[in-house]
Amino acid sequence: MAEEVKLLKTWSSPFGLRAFWILKLKGVQFDFIDEDLSNKSPLLLQSNPVYKKVPVLIHNGKPISESLVILEYVDETWKQNPLLPEDPYERARARFWAKFGDDKVLASIWNAFIKQGKEQEEAIGLAIETLKFLEEELKGKRFFGGEKIGLPDLALGWLANLIGVFEEVIGVKLIEKERFPLLSAWMQEFAEAPVIKESWPPHEKLVTKFRAMREPYVAAAAQPK
Amino acid sequence: MADEVILLDFWASMFGIRVRIALAEKGVKYEYKEQDLFNKSPLLLRMNPVHKKIPVLIHNGKSVCESSIIVQYIDEVWKDKAPLLPYDPYQRAQARFWVDFIDKKMYDTSRKTWATKGEEQEAAKKEFIEVLKTLGGELGDKPFFGGDNFGYVDLCLIPYYCWFYSYETFGKFSVEAECPKFIAWVTRCLQRETVAKALPDEKKVFEFVSVLREKIRVE
Repeated sequence: MAEEVKLLKTWSSPFGLRAFWILKLKGVQFDFIDEDLSNKSPLLLQSNPVYKKVPVLIHNGKPISESLVILEYVDETWKQNPLLPEDPYERARARFWAKFGDDKVLASIWNAFIKQGKEQEEAIGLAIETLKFLEEELKGKRFFGGEKIGLPDLALGWLANLIGVFEEVIGVKLIEKERFPLLSAWMQEFAEAPVIKESWPPHEKLVTKFRAMREPYVAAAAQPK
Repeated sequence: MADEVILLDFWASMFGIRVRIALAEKGVKYEYKEQDLFNKSPLLLRMNPVHKKIPVLIHNGKSVCESSIIVQYIDEVWKDKAPLLPYDPYQRAQARFWVDFIDKKMYDTSRKTWATKGEEQEAAKKEFIEVLKTLGGELGDKPFFGGDNFGYVDLCLIPYYCWFYSYETFGKFSVEAECPKFIAWVTRCLQRETVAKALPDEKKVFEFVSVLREKIRVE
């Protein structure tokens, strides 16, 4: 029976990009649909009734939602080029860093991006403290997955291009090379890796989009109290 | 060589209880070390430097953190007995999805049912009931989330039950009245010795929550 693999994502979503990466890295044949989130397709609403969000992977008609869940599903279903190691302890560590990325890094960077004035200073401070854990974890490693790209690299990969976008919009450097030499090197190596390098959404389009997303926060902060 | 398994935990933690149930299901012998969360031990800080939280599983000196990750680790290491995650990749993905849903939705909403008041508390109650109804929808007519057998999702959700009495008392609502199917599932889980032994007494939890409420000055 022919495999049918469909990925619902958007042109800009870093979560959708993760799923895109793993399918490409494994050489899986798939179709993708870039959704318009202001006008969600019936397929999206039907496939992810709980959250109504992207990405959704639909494999032979069966939907899977939540990007980290999708990554593990793809890794278990198509066994070539494994993302997760065999050893249970190493697997637990890989999952830990992927979760840390979503629970802590993402939230702290987003706060640094949307907050203003003194709140922004504090948010940037917190983001830097969070990023230090990543810098420490990269000691002696080329990627978070070790010698090659693994689950945590795909989970944290959004840093490699969105950090530059955020820095351009807010006019503040978040990941300085002197303070984060390993993380900076990783960002560069990941960004230029085969498959990954062809997939980045257009930089200018991202800057425009995120600048627009930041506007309401700037406006709210400018309101007289 | 004998396995050395240590669990750093706090008696009332619904996250710690998950790990205790998983270890019991697998018949793993371990040393339980109760932690003082208001005065964290050097061991806890060393074993979980990133989050400084419990539960932490220390297996032959190596630490595993985050309860859902610990449970999967336990399932993979002690794989010859009582499988917790399903065998099929699609079923596994569904199980992971629902545990992620529980982690995203249950804790913050349930906490607000006792840690807030007025409108905020009312909104939290409504949201909490919605979360339980969504979970009830997923359970459907199955005996367990895992189907015929108690599994990963059941294990990750049931520890919240010992806190229900606190939510209901402070929030002034009844889970049984709102979601009877949910309570039927709870009863089935409690018939399992591993679950019944791992859940602390709900009245003790209530006393603890009362103290917490005073500490954060809810009234």
